[in-house]
Parts: sequence; C-alpha cells; structure tokens
Amino acid sequence: MIFAENISKSYKSKTEEVKALLSINLDIPKGEMFGVIGPDGAGKTSLFRILTTLLLADSGTASINGLDIVKEYAKIRQQIGYMPGRFSLYQDLTVEENLQFFATIFNTSIEENYSLIKDIYEQIAPFKDRRAGQLSGGMKQKLALSCALIHRPEVLFLDEPTTGVDAVSRKEFWQMLQKLKGDGLTILVSTPYMDEAEQCDRIALIQEGKILMNNSPEKVKSSFSDPLFAIRTNKMYQLLHDLRDHQLVQSAHIFGEDIHISSSQINESEIVKALQSKGHSDVLLKQIDPSIEDVFIKLLMHAENHEQHN
Amino acid sequence: MNNTTNNGREVVISATNLTKQFGDFIATNAISFEVYKGEIFGFLGANGAGKTTAMKMLCGLSSPSRGSATVAGFDVSTESEKIKRNIGYMSQKFSLYEDLTVTENIRFYAGIYGLSIPVIKEKTNVLLQQLNMESQRNVLVKALPLGWKQKLAFSIAIIHDPAVVFLDEPTGGVDPITRREFWEMIYSAANRGTTAFVTTHYMDEAEYCNRISIMVDGKIEALGTPSDLKKEFNSVTMDDVFLKLARNAKRIGD
Repeated sequence: MIFAENISKSYKSKTEEVKALLSINLDIPKGEMFGVIGPDGAGKTSLFRILTTLLLADSGTASINGLDIVKEYAKIRQQIGYMPGRFSLYQDLTVEENLQFFATIFNTSIEENYSLIKDIYEQIAPFKDRRAGQLSGGMKQKLALSCALIHRPEVLFLDEPTTGVDAVSRKEFWQMLQKLKGDGLTILVSTPYMDEAEQCDRIALIQEGKILMNNSPEKVKSSFSDPLFAIRTNKMYQLLHDLRDHQLVQSAHIFGEDIHISSSQINESEIVKALQSKGHSDVLLKQIDPSIEDVFIKLLMHAENHEQHN
Repeated sequence: MNNTTNNGREVVISATNLTKQFGDFIATNAISFEVYKGEIFGFLGANGAGKTTAMKMLCGLSSPSRGSATVAGFDVSTESEKIKRNIGYMSQKFSLYEDLTVTENIRFYAGIYGLSIPVIKEKTNVLLQQLNMESQRNVLVKALPLGWKQKLAFSIAIIHDPAVVFLDEPTGGVDPITRREFWEMIYSAANRGTTAFVTTHYMDEAEYCNRISIMVDGKIEALGTPSDLKKEFNSVTMDDVFLKLARNAKRIGD
C-alpha cells in the first residue's frame, strides 16, 4: 500500500546542507499499522510530507496504493488522510464547522461517512459549538483525527499525533487507531515515544535521516543479543560511574529507577562484590528482557562509533 | 532554610493546604507535601488537574487563595521576589534565545540573576568545558542540534546555583542517548544539592524521579517512590498507575 525506494531529501541554505532523509526504503502492506520511531529532527516529518505529496524528494521513488507520488499526486490526495504534527485546523471555526469544511472540500458530507468517525466524534460532540482553538489537547487531537477520516481514506498518515497530550488521552487515541486498523485502514504513524512502538505491527527506528532497523517490535527486541541486567543500589548516581569503570560492563545507561548494563561476559556475583567493596548496599541485580529503547540506544552507540572510525 | 523533618532531611519545598480558587472553580485544592534538598521530585497530573496553577504558586508567579507554601525558605505569598531569585526554570517550549549566540545566552541569563562579570566569565568557561561546547561558543543557538540546546538550557537554568530548579517536560522529543545524558546532568546537580521539581506527561520520564506525586482534579491522590506507587496500585508500569488514578478524573481537559 505504501512503497518507497531510495527516498532522499536535503535542505540547503547559503552556508550549509542538512541531509534530512538518506535512501529511505519502505514496503507497507494494506491493513498494517507501521510506526516511524525517532527523536525530533530525525526526518519523520520530511518523510510524511513527501509521502503525502506535499514535498518533493531529491531522488528516489514512492507510491501510495500503486499511484506515483509525483505524477499522480492528485489521485493520492483523494485516498489519504493526513494529520500533521502541528494542530492545523481552523481555530476560529467551531468543532462542527471544521468537520463540515473538510467533508465539503472532499465532495462528501458528514452523514455519508459518519459510521467511520462515530466513536471518535461522539466524544467531542458535546462541544460541537465550541471553537477549535478553545479545545483541550486531547479533544483537538480527536477533532483532527475526525477531519482526517471524514472522506473515508484508505491510508492514514499521523505525524506525532500524541505529542503533548496526557497519558489518558494517549491511551484512548491508540485504542481508536487499533479500531481503525480493524476496519482495514493502512496506518503510518510517527512518534518520539518508544513505549508507543509496541502498538505497531512493524516499526522503523529512524535517526538523522536513516532507518537503523525495520522490523516487528518483537524481532527488534530479540535483535539485542547480549544478556541485559537491571541493577539498583542505595547510591544510584555513584553506581552509574562505578559501573562504567568496571571492565566487564560494556554499557551502562539509566532507565528510570534502574541502570541497565549489558555484556557478553558478565559475572553477576563478581559485579555485586565489586560494588559492595565500593560502599554500595542493597545491591539488586536481575536479568531482564530488552526493551525497544535498549535496542535503539545500542544502535545509536554503534552508529556513533562507526562515525568516529571513519 | 533550616527546616528539617524527623528523618533528618532538609525541606526545600513545603506546601500546606495550598489552594487556588478562580470564582467557583478550585484549580488547586488544599495540597500538602514536602520536597527535600537534592531530591528529584516528579509532579504529575492529567491536563487540567491543576499542576500548572500549583507550579505557578510555587514559583512565586501566583498568590494562593488559601493555605501556604515555602520554597527555599521563603513564603510564596509574601516573599515571591526572593523565591524568583532562588529558583531556576527550564521548559522544553521556551528556554533560550535562538538569535543570540551560546555565550550571549549565558551572559544574558547570568546577568538577570545578578552574577558579576568576572563570575559570569568564569562560569561560562566551566560550563562550556563541561558540555564539551568550547568550539561552539560563538554559534547562534538556533544552529545547535536539539539535544545540545536542551543541555545548554539546563546548565543555564542552574547557573546561579538555585535551591530548586523547575523542569517542565525536560526531555520530550530527544533521542534516547541525549535523554540519558540529560538525566545524568539532573542527577549530578541533585548530587550537588539542587532540588529538581519535574512536571511531565510522560510516565517513562517520571520513572527517573526519586519520588512522584500524581494530581487528579486539583488534589494529590498519590505520592511515593515509583516502586512504592507500582506496589500500592498493583501495577507493572507507572503508566498503569497513572491511568488507574486519572481515569476517575471528573474534569475534562484544560
């Protein structure tokens, strides 16, 4: 449904050239929920703008539902829904007027496609006479999704839909997306938040315009081959430095209340003993399953080392 | 400032029945809590729970309707100007002036906090060395990568050695390595005695705090270490703890 081959894009100013995307390849079948996971500035928005026919790539080709993004952009626009990262509805129009507006420009009506948006729109319907600019973050997001769906698109592009909304709205939003996926929509969604990656069928981890890994969340996690341990003691800040000084520890990173350490040749009792000799008490060490964030960090470290070697 | 609790820790923020009412609407409803010196304290709540209102009172920007609070030993109702001198603030949305260079930003903020020219010069050199940014000193802030900006913004927010630094979603949107470098800076500052008061929507960010409070409909409904809260609410993740509490919220949005 979404296909991209060697898509590259750079932005040039007088003094420098910023490479936003470097040879991006994607092949997303119909009905899949695909997540583009990466920090701000990784190239997520450029990729979305190219695939939604709003920006031209420097090189490479891409198609949506078999339609070329350059030659057949007008047809593509009839078949896709796009929710940009920045709230882009009309702040001075009411909730209902915004929805009416988007239905009209796609030559349809709210009534015709109401079944698709019913569950989402019902939650904001009590505020249908309120101006969009006066809505809370979570409600703006629901309205924007309703407007992106009102012409019954086959593919939905959602660029950071959950940035800046609270945990409850975030959870509800992902439930809505799962339901839309169940209705047969193909969904491309981006997020800087690793925990949301688990919701997708497949994910691409992206940094500095490059896809570092592209696979299902399970396969991404199982690619982490070294044993991984979570460790905590009574002195966490000192612990981090003591672990980094330890020769058996390859990497040590803070993960909330724990520090994650990995090594191919770890000796648990030796590490505990070494830490106790440095004055740590209540040493808690346990082997854990890697998270997507563990994998992302490892890939980033690898990329950095690679750059230094060149 | 010599406020200590029975566990011997110095109290840096103390709120007692702190309340803010707008007409009939009680935005912050009689909240009471203490934050200790060198602690990283997470202040959580759904949109509209009353977090921002509470934080404005603690920063000396808004006067309480009822109740009281002290920050760094000063009363939020009567000594708000003294509070402003003794706190730092950094948010992801606003931090630095993009059209000023790195050193100009440092000089600007340090000057506002009343640091002398020789002290500013010395602090600038130390700060740039710590951040490994000496070669960037005359670069416009807008030309820096996001991660560097965030780290610079944090260093500047604590340049006057405040008792408390308020951080609003400090690491949203940065890559996982930069995020960790950032938290290491916060841990390091806390280790030197600065208290960090962190507000965030993201539960994985909350897990980095020593203790967390969760506000629902103007009240603090839970307070404890991340592990204690997970135990108390029989949850594996902080996200789940938060959802269990916030789902009962009556208020909608902000």
